[in-house]
Amino acid sequence: MPVLQKKTMLLLPGLLIVGALLIVPIVWLLGLSFVSEGRLSLEHYQRIFDDPTYVKSFAITFQIAGTVTGLTILLGYPLCFWMLRLKPLWRGVALTCILIPFWTSLLVRSYAWLILLQRRGLVNTWLQGLGLANEPLALMYNVTGTVIGMTHILLPFLVLPLFASMQRIDGDLMRAAAALGATPLFAFWRVFFPLSLPGLTAGGLLVFVLSIGYYVTPQLLGGGTTVMAGQLIQRNVELFSSWGAASAVSVVLLGIVLLLFWVMNRLVPLDRVFGG
Amino acid sequence: MEANHGSSGFASLLLAVLGIAVLVFLVMPIFIVVPMSFSATRFLSFPPTALSTRWYLEFFGSPEWTRAAWVSLQIAFVTCLLATPIGIAAAYGIHTASGKFSRAAYTVLMMPLMVPHIIVAVGIFFIYARIGANNTIVGIIVAHTMLAVPFVLITSLSGLQGFDMTQERAAQSLGANRLEAFLKVTAPQIKGSIIASALFAFVSSLDEVVVSLFLSGGASSTLPKRMFVALRDEVDPTIAAISSMLIIASLAIGLAAMIATRKRA
Amino acid sequence: MQRLRQDLYAAGKPLAIEVRGITKIYGPAAVLDDVSLDVRPGEFMTLLGPSGSGKTTLLNVIAGFVRPDRGRLLIGDEEVTDKPPHKRGIGIVFQNYALFPHMSVAENVAFPLKARRLSRAEIKPMVANALSLVKLAGFGERRVDQLSGGQKQRVALARAIVFQPKLILMDEPLSALDKQLREHMQIEIRALHERLGATTIYVTHDQREALTMSNRIAVLNRARIEQLGTPSEIYNAPASAFVADFIGEAVLAPVSRCDDRSVLLDGRRMISASKVPNGDDLVLVIRSEKLRLASPDAENPIPAIVRKRIFQGESHVIFAEMANGLTFTVRHPSHVESDSLLPGEGESATFSLHPQHTVVVRRDLTPEH
Repeated sequence: MPVLQKKTMLLLPGLLIVGALLIVPIVWLLGLSFVSEGRLSLEHYQRIFDDPTYVKSFAITFQIAGTVTGLTILLGYPLCFWMLRLKPLWRGVALTCILIPFWTSLLVRSYAWLILLQRRGLVNTWLQGLGLANEPLALMYNVTGTVIGMTHILLPFLVLPLFASMQRIDGDLMRAAAALGATPLFAFWRVFFPLSLPGLTAGGLLVFVLSIGYYVTPQLLGGGTTVMAGQLIQRNVELFSSWGAASAVSVVLLGIVLLLFWVMNRLVPLDRVFGG
Repeated sequence: MEANHGSSGFASLLLAVLGIAVLVFLVMPIFIVVPMSFSATRFLSFPPTALSTRWYLEFFGSPEWTRAAWVSLQIAFVTCLLATPIGIAAAYGIHTASGKFSRAAYTVLMMPLMVPHIIVAVGIFFIYARIGANNTIVGIIVAHTMLAVPFVLITSLSGLQGFDMTQERAAQSLGANRLEAFLKVTAPQIKGSIIASALFAFVSSLDEVVVSLFLSGGASSTLPKRMFVALRDEVDPTIAAISSMLIIASLAIGLAAMIATRKRA
Repeated sequence: MQRLRQDLYAAGKPLAIEVRGITKIYGPAAVLDDVSLDVRPGEFMTLLGPSGSGKTTLLNVIAGFVRPDRGRLLIGDEEVTDKPPHKRGIGIVFQNYALFPHMSVAENVAFPLKARRLSRAEIKPMVANALSLVKLAGFGERRVDQLSGGQKQRVALARAIVFQPKLILMDEPLSALDKQLREHMQIEIRALHERLGATTIYVTHDQREALTMSNRIAVLNRARIEQLGTPSEIYNAPASAFVADFIGEAVLAPVSRCDDRSVLLDGRRMISASKVPNGDDLVLVIRSEKLRLASPDAENPIPAIVRKRIFQGESHVIFAEMANGLTFTVRHPSHVESDSLLPGEGESATFSLHPQHTVVVRRDLTPEH
C-alpha cells in the first residue's frame, strides 16, 4: 500500500526526533531508577517515601500546585466571564493582554517578579504607601513569592481553554433561563456554571500538571528552602550525581503528570486544550 | 446578551473592575521592566529617579553577554529551519490520514509539551554525556528542535483544518504530483499558519532555559542560561536591559504571528 | 398555591398587548421604525416578514431582551418597557429550542417552577401535566440529546407553558423541522393555543404558516408594519405591492388610474370592487388562481399569448405572456366541456378577473400609512 507508506513517511522525521530525544532518554531513566550500586534495587523509590527531604519536597510540590491552581481559578473565572460580555473589539484587546505574558519568556517573567517582590521593591512600596503594611513583607525567596510568580505565569493556561469552552455555550440558554423567570444569579448557578465545568476542570488540571513540573520559577523565587520536585531532580544530578535518585523522582513525577493528562483528555480532548 | 436592564448594575461594575484588575496583573509586571531598565542606579526603582542607558551599554560592551546572545540567535534560527518542515510534514500526515495510527502519532508528537522540561533536560543530558554531545551547539539545536515540533504541529494543524483539501485533489487531477500540489496550492493558502509556526519555533528556542542549562556551557552558553546563572548569583541590573529587549522582541514576534494567522479570514 | 387542573387556565384572563411607537436603531439603520400594534386578549397574532424586517427584534423587545430607543410597551394594563425579562412572566419558545443540555426533560420543564421557588411536591404534577399536554407523557427522564427535533420542540413548548404564562411568544419554532412535521406541529400548536387560552405572538417568515395558524397577521417590512389584518384580508386585500408579493403568488402589472373604481391595463379598462388608491405608481395584483379563461369581450379582459401548454393529468397548466411582457401561469381543470375551448400553444387567449379579485395597490408604501 504505497499511499499508506508515503503518509507514514511524513510522520517519520517528527517521530524519530521525538523518539530519540524524548522516549529513549525516558526509558533510560526508567532503567536507571531501578539500579543501585550495580544491582537491581528499589532503593531509590523507597527513599521517596522514607527520606523526609523527599517527602517534604513532594508535599510542598503538590501544595504549591494546588494553591496556584486555586488562585488561577479565582482570578481567571471572573475574567473569562467578564470577557464574554465585552464587545468584540475590547474582547480582542483583553485576549491580547492575556497572550502577551504567553509570548514573553518564562525567565523574563520570573525576573520581573524578582524585582517587584523585593523588600524595597514596587509591591512592598505600594503596600506601605497604601497603608496596608507597616514594614516590608517577605514576599520573595519563599513559598509566597513562588506562588505569586507561578500564578502569574500559569494564568493564561487556565484562561484560554476556559474562555474557549465558555464561548461554546449557547447564548440562547441564558436568555431562555431569564425568560423562564430565573434571576441572573439563579440562571448563572443552574445553567451557565454547570456548562462551564468541563472547560474549567480541564484548565485547572492543566495548570496543576504544569505546576508540579516547574523548575525555573521556584528556583529563582523560592530561595533555598522551597524545594519542589523539579529542583530535587536537578540537585541530585548537578550536586550529587546521584542518577538513581534523580531518575526515580523523574519517573514518579512523570507518571503523575501523564496520569493527569490522561484524565484531562477524558474531559476535553487534548487538541482542544492546546490548540485553542 | 444585550440589554441587562441594569438589573445588576453594581454586579456588572464589580465584575468589570475585577476583570480589569486581573488583566493589569497579567500585563503590568512585564511592561514595568522596560522603564526600570533605564534606571541610572544599581537598585532598579520605579519610577526611575534618574535615567540612563548604562545597563544596555553594559550588555553590548560585554563579550560574554553578546556572544551568548549571538549563540542563542543562531540556535533559534537553525531550530526554526529544522522544526518547521518536520512539524508541517507531521501535521499534513496527521491531517490527511485517519485512524488509530495518526492519533497515536499525534499523542507522541505532543509529548514534549507534556513532559516537564527538567525531566527532558536531565534525560538528554545523560544520553549526550554518553556520546559527548554536551556543550555543543549542534546538540542544543537538535534538542530545541525536538521541543519546537509540537508548537509547529499545533499551529499548522489548525491552519490545515481551515483549508478545503479538495483543492489539492483538483490540482492532482490536473496533473500535479502530491508534493507539487502541496507546494503550489495548499502551502500558499496556509502560509499564515506556516509563518506563525516558524515564529513560534524560533521564539521557543530563544526563550528555552531548562534544557539549555544542562546542555550548554562555556562557549556554547545560551543567553537564557547566562541570565539564569547570573540571577541565581546576584540580581544583576544588566538583566533588566536584556529582559526589556527580549520583551520587545517577543511582543513583535507574537503580534506578527497573530497577524499572520488572522489574514486567513 | 398553584391549582392543578386539567384546563391550565383557572383564574385570570389572557392579556392584551399594546405596542406604542417602538423604535430601535442599530448603528445607522432603524431596525424598528415607530411600530405600533394592538394584540387582543387570547388572540393568535403572527408577525410575518422576510429576514431583516424587524419581526425578531420586535419579539425581543416584547420579551425584554432588547430595550427600545423610543416607545412604550404595555402588557395587560401594565407598562413593562423597563421591566427585566425574568420578571415579565412570558412563555418563550426559541427557534433553536434552547433546551438545557445538562438537564433531563423533566428538569428542563421544571426549571421555571424552581425559579419561582415552588416546592418539589407542587412541581412534579405540573411538569407531568405540561408533558402530557404536548403528548410527551413519560419522557421525563430522557436526556435532551436523545430527542428528535420534533420532540425537542415539544419539550421547549412544555417548558414555556408549565408556569401558566398569560402571554406566549414563539420565535420561528418550526423552521428547523421538515415539511410534514412542520404542518403537523402547526395544527398542534394552534390546538394548544385554544386549550390554554393565552395570548400568543408567533414569528415566522413562512406565509403559508401564518395564513394557516393566525387570527390576525402583522406583515413587517423594513422596520415597519405594512399591514395588519386577518389572513383573508391580507391575502385578498393586500395594502401594498410588498404584501401582495410576499403572501401567495402574484404578478404585479403596472396600471394607470381612471377613477375611484377603475384602472387602465394596457389600454383596457379594469373595474375593481374596492377603492383604487391615489397616486401614479399603481400595480394590479394578478393572482393566477383568480384568472378565468374568457371570451375577448368579457369584463376586465387580460389578453395574452399562450407560450406553453402542459397536460398534467387532472389539469392543464398554461404559461401565458401579456403584451407588456409579464408572464403568468394558470391551471385549468380538465373537463370535456371546457377542453375544446383551450387555446393551443402560440394562440392568443383572453383571461378575465372578477372585480372582487381586481386589487390595485401602490407599488411602494409611502410613509403616511
